[in-house]
Amino acid sequence: MTLALIVLLPLLGALLPSRLERHSRSVSAWGAAVVAGLAALLLLSQTPAVLAGQVLVAGWPWLPAAGLALAFRLDGLGLLFAGLVLGIGLLVILYARYYLSPRDPMGRFYAFLLLFMGAMLGVVLAENLLLLVVFWELTSLSSFLLIGYWKHQQQARQGARLALTVTAAGGLCLLAGVLLLGRIAGSFELSTVLASGARIQADPRYPAALVLILLGAFTKSAQFPFHFWLPHAMAAPTPVSAYLHSATMVKAGVFLLARLYPALAGTELWFWLVAGTGLATLLLSAAVALFKHDLKGLLAYSTTSHLGLITLLFGLGTPLGAVAGTFHIINHATFKASLFMAAGIIDHEAGTRDMRRLAGLWRFMPQTAALAMVAAAAMAGVPLLNGFLSKEMFFAETVDFTARLGLLGWLLPALATLAGVFSVAYSLRFIHDVFFNGEPHGLPRTPHEPPAWMKLPIGILVALCLAVGTVPALTVAPLLAIAAGAVLGGELPAYSLAIWHGVNAPLLMSLTALAGGVLVYAIRAPLTRFHDSHWIRLDGRRGFERALRTLSLACERLTARLENGSLPRYAAITVAAAVALGALPFVRAGGLGGPLASAPLDAATAGGALLLMLTALATTLLQRLRLLALIFAGAAGLLVALAFARFSGLDLALTQIAVEAVTLVLLLLALHLLPARAPIDTRGPRRLRDGLVATAAGIGAGGLCWAVLSRPYTSIAPYFLENAVPGGGGANAVNVILVDFRGFDTLGEITVLGIAALGIAALLEGLRLAPPACDPDGRPWSADRHPLILATIARPLLPLALLVAAFVFLRGHNLPGGGFVAALITALALVVQYLAGGLVWTDARLHLRAPALIAAGLAVAGLTGLASFAFGHPFLSSSFAHVELPLLGELELASAMGFDLGVYLTVVGVVLLILGRLGRSAQAGTETT
Amino acid sequence: MEMLFSLTVGVLSACGVFLVLRARTFAVVLGLTLLSYAVNLFLFAAGRLASGAAPIIRGPGPYADPLPQALVLTAIVIGFGMTAFLVVLALRLRAETGHDHVDAREDA
Repeated sequence: MTLALIVLLPLLGALLPSRLERHSRSVSAWGAAVVAGLAALLLLSQTPAVLAGQVLVAGWPWLPAAGLALAFRLDGLGLLFAGLVLGIGLLVILYARYYLSPRDPMGRFYAFLLLFMGAMLGVVLAENLLLLVVFWELTSLSSFLLIGYWKHQQQARQGARLALTVTAAGGLCLLAGVLLLGRIAGSFELSTVLASGARIQADPRYPAALVLILLGAFTKSAQFPFHFWLPHAMAAPTPVSAYLHSATMVKAGVFLLARLYPALAGTELWFWLVAGTGLATLLLSAAVALFKHDLKGLLAYSTTSHLGLITLLFGLGTPLGAVAGTFHIINHATFKASLFMAAGIIDHEAGTRDMRRLAGLWRFMPQTAALAMVAAAAMAGVPLLNGFLSKEMFFAETVDFTARLGLLGWLLPALATLAGVFSVAYSLRFIHDVFFNGEPHGLPRTPHEPPAWMKLPIGILVALCLAVGTVPALTVAPLLAIAAGAVLGGELPAYSLAIWHGVNAPLLMSLTALAGGVLVYAIRAPLTRFHDSHWIRLDGRRGFERALRTLSLACERLTARLENGSLPRYAAITVAAAVALGALPFVRAGGLGGPLASAPLDAATAGGALLLMLTALATTLLQRLRLLALIFAGAAGLLVALAFARFSGLDLALTQIAVEAVTLVLLLLALHLLPARAPIDTRGPRRLRDGLVATAAGIGAGGLCWAVLSRPYTSIAPYFLENAVPGGGGANAVNVILVDFRGFDTLGEITVLGIAALGIAALLEGLRLAPPACDPDGRPWSADRHPLILATIARPLLPLALLVAAFVFLRGHNLPGGGFVAALITALALVVQYLAGGLVWTDARLHLRAPALIAAGLAVAGLTGLASFAFGHPFLSSSFAHVELPLLGELELASAMGFDLGVYLTVVGVVLLILGRLGRSAQAGTETT
Repeated sequence: MEMLFSLTVGVLSACGVFLVLRARTFAVVLGLTLLSYAVNLFLFAAGRLASGAAPIIRGPGPYADPLPQALVLTAIVIGFGMTAFLVVLALRLRAETGHDHVDAREDA
């Protein structure tokens, strides 16, 4: 529970700062700090157990079928990273309070920051690999928000988009890799995965899984050739860079390497991919960093370079390499975060980050300068600072590794030293160009020391650099031991954190790097000229923007071709595609028909079927003469009802006939308001296309029907048939299914129906539909709107029809009938009143409000369902009793009947609402014309 | 019997699809009506074609499959709701644009 809280606190706490911002900006910052502080306290409370060697795991199932669990894990590595995330997070919260200008919305900044913090904690504390991927993507999303925080700047928006595209694409690769890994290991739980390293590496799917996971790690950690997003992410506010690009976001990649180290590391493939990429990034970025004039640009490239170093260390696959990599993660986080903060102060106070304009700041801000210089010295690897220790370990590892690489063995230490030379040179440039090197020229404002609170976070981090660098055994040793132990998943190798190991190869390499760095810095002017004229400018961002433009242009063209705004065309494409996809299984199976033969045919059925087909064809051929077409369609509907009756669907036949009548009234009304005849729209080729598509669809539908009917089947029907009487208290199995067994479905369906009716009423709101004054042949309509004979017959018909409806309703549970049919009969009888008497006359006498009927129906149906709770049964269980009524005979009073009453009321309301509103709109139109 | 039934479903579907592909709203409404006939018949037939075996429980049986019938019964009523919605949409289109072309433009 505590572990989950550590992750959830910042995620939920993200809501707090914007709420608090209205009080004051400081309160907002305090809110964020309290949230992060609480999470840090929770982490501290768990620390003793982890330091004692325990691995804390807690989890709840989330989607067990997919292997996803809300499971968290706290071991040494998780503790190290969670500590970095929360510790540096707290310092950044303090720093940002003074960094952000009054124009920047502070609540939003802290909300994004806490969101990111929670996501990052989720990554480092996840026990379930899928959960890790979820949080991983969440870090990509929240870092997008943070990088694009100054959303009015185009640079920030582009940088954010670039970062999101690269890291989210990597995240998708990671997901694929993790899925493979989970398949191989048989579980997504880290405990299992980490324990099955041998099995994973022997599996044929290992290379694919490894490459995919590495793609995720390398994009996140900005490794070559995916490094290009990081420098552009420098458009973010500096606190974001200090947080994301020193200690957290970019460290997620190397965290993944460390986390999966026991499962994936140690193979040839791992060595060449990981160490190769790390070495290339280390060297290239170190060289590029030297020539950046932007302070943050220099720091960005130095960051990718140091991440390359860590990647290289893990890539070596040796236990000592893993220890050194873990150690350097800690050291880099401390000195790089403080350097970013110092760069932010310089930018803030001097108004520029361009090192060609900055100089001599030592006089203006001696304290900041001193802190920055110590941090930069740590980055360069100067003795007595933490960077020196891990760099020594790195050099020692490269020397130890020479034996394994044969003839080219000397290359690795040589290149490592070269990278060290560059690292010293750019650190020196950071110090000398900014704080010394003459006088500043053309600064927008006169620099001075920042507020003390802004320097405090840097001071703390620099003090840590010093403490780790001078007395490592007293400070970092226990944390490093458990973290490295968790990475290796077993015994730690023997290593020493001492500052002095005597005169040996690593020390010589360090000294060479220091001397070489000074030399390179001294001759930087010709080097910069050479760089500016000869360096091939591989700007990843420009390539990315170009690719994005090309892609969106291609999409636009494709869309314009596919999507020309013609609905019939879309429908044709959709139907054709459906037919083609539907045909595939038949083509594979090599035929349609099954083993069953057709039953013998009788003349009446054959005649009915023939008639049905003819009416359908007539509807189609005569579609431009709309009234005729409508009559044929109605005839087809009645024939369908006959077909239902012929094949034992009595309820269906009743419903179909009733619906057919209502539909006919509706369509006649519509026809009255639409043109009676259609113009010729389509020419030969279009019709041929439509004809072909329609024929194919017909063959498909008929073929599918035949394929179904000619095969034997097993049904769940016997259950319903056997339980209809004992379980549902009704002999009509169809009705019992509707109101009892599947009552919940029916409740949903009448709800949909009610919503559709309300939608129709909304569409008709305020609409005046003017019917034409005469028919298409120019004859005026009859002036007698309400013929006397119809009116005379209709009135006595109403009670009769209602009686029939009541009869059909009551017997519905045992014989064909029920709520649906009774409702349609009632609605028809009422519609006839409207037709005969007119809207005004009928409304004045009926006092029926259709929306109220729908509401009442849904309420009755729902309450009947709820009533079963009172008897301790689940929703919509029915109970029933037999009642003997005079004249009617034995009657079953099932609670389902209440439900059926709800159905009845709803359907009556729906039909009345639709036809009534439509008639009203037409009448409004008639009156205005 | 089954062969003829399938043929009928096929013809109804073909006519329905052809009408749905027309450019005028009323034809589309008619087409959808025919299509829903076809679909309802097909769903109904999924319980197989039984003669004189309505699922009204009186004695030992045999009975037709009641489940597809219950499905189709609600489908018929919902179909009415859908048709009504389409019709009103078409009327609204005509009221606002003065014509009944499905693409809301007379020249298409």
